[in-house]
Amino acid sequence: MALLHTVNKSPFESSSFDTCLGYAKDGSTILFIEDGVYAATTGHSVADKIKNASGVSFAVLGPDLQARGLESKLADGIKVVDYDGFVNLVAEHDSVQSWL
Amino acid sequence: MKFSIQINEGPYQHQASDTAYQFTKAALAAGHEIFRVFFYHDGVNNATRLAVPPQDDRNIGKLWQELGKENNLDMVVCIAAAQRRGMMDADEAKRQGLDTDNIAAAFRISGLGQLIEAGINSDRLVVFGA
Repeated sequence: MALLHTVNKSPFESSSFDTCLGYAKDGSTILFIEDGVYAATTGHSVADKIKNASGVSFAVLGPDLQARGLESKLADGIKVVDYDGFVNLVAEHDSVQSWL
Repeated sequence: MKFSIQINEGPYQHQASDTAYQFTKAALAAGHEIFRVFFYHDGVNNATRLAVPPQDDRNIGKLWQELGKENNLDMVVCIAAAQRRGMMDADEAKRQGLDTDNIAAAFRISGLGQLIEAGINSDRLVVFGA
């Protein structure tokens, strides 16, 4: 079963991304929204975790990335989506788990 | 596809209500059905009809009310969460002997069963929160 995980906290504030990554199975997608978008940037240890994760796809909500001025720091291999893309991700996966 | 939305965070607290609003709008625009929007925990504060934010700021409650009316959304406020926080519709205020009510007409008060029902009847339940 392919799950969409949403992470809305910065990995420097909360362990929700680590927990989420630990549970995410092959074929699932992790979408960073709100302060979660900090995980999608380069230059810190979280970026390595994303780079080394296999079988899991990563996406980030573009408007939240832009609101924080982080577009130029976006790490490789993370797909940028808008709200329409967010809706599509929800529809494409079997279920949604919000890591609040 | 049939979606339901759960909101656990109040307006202006952080970003959950804004994200949920933008998501709901995009889902409707893409032709999906919104079975229900359920306001739970501090999320019940989105239902106030008395919020007056600064003019150059978004009025989150009003945005929900307008989206609800335009799309005939079933926007449900959890009764137990609402009563704890002083959120009352006219009927409930009268029953409790209070001198006023504050829940906008676009919302209705009901119980947790409505959330369970939304989960059963929808293809996806998306939770937004603090």
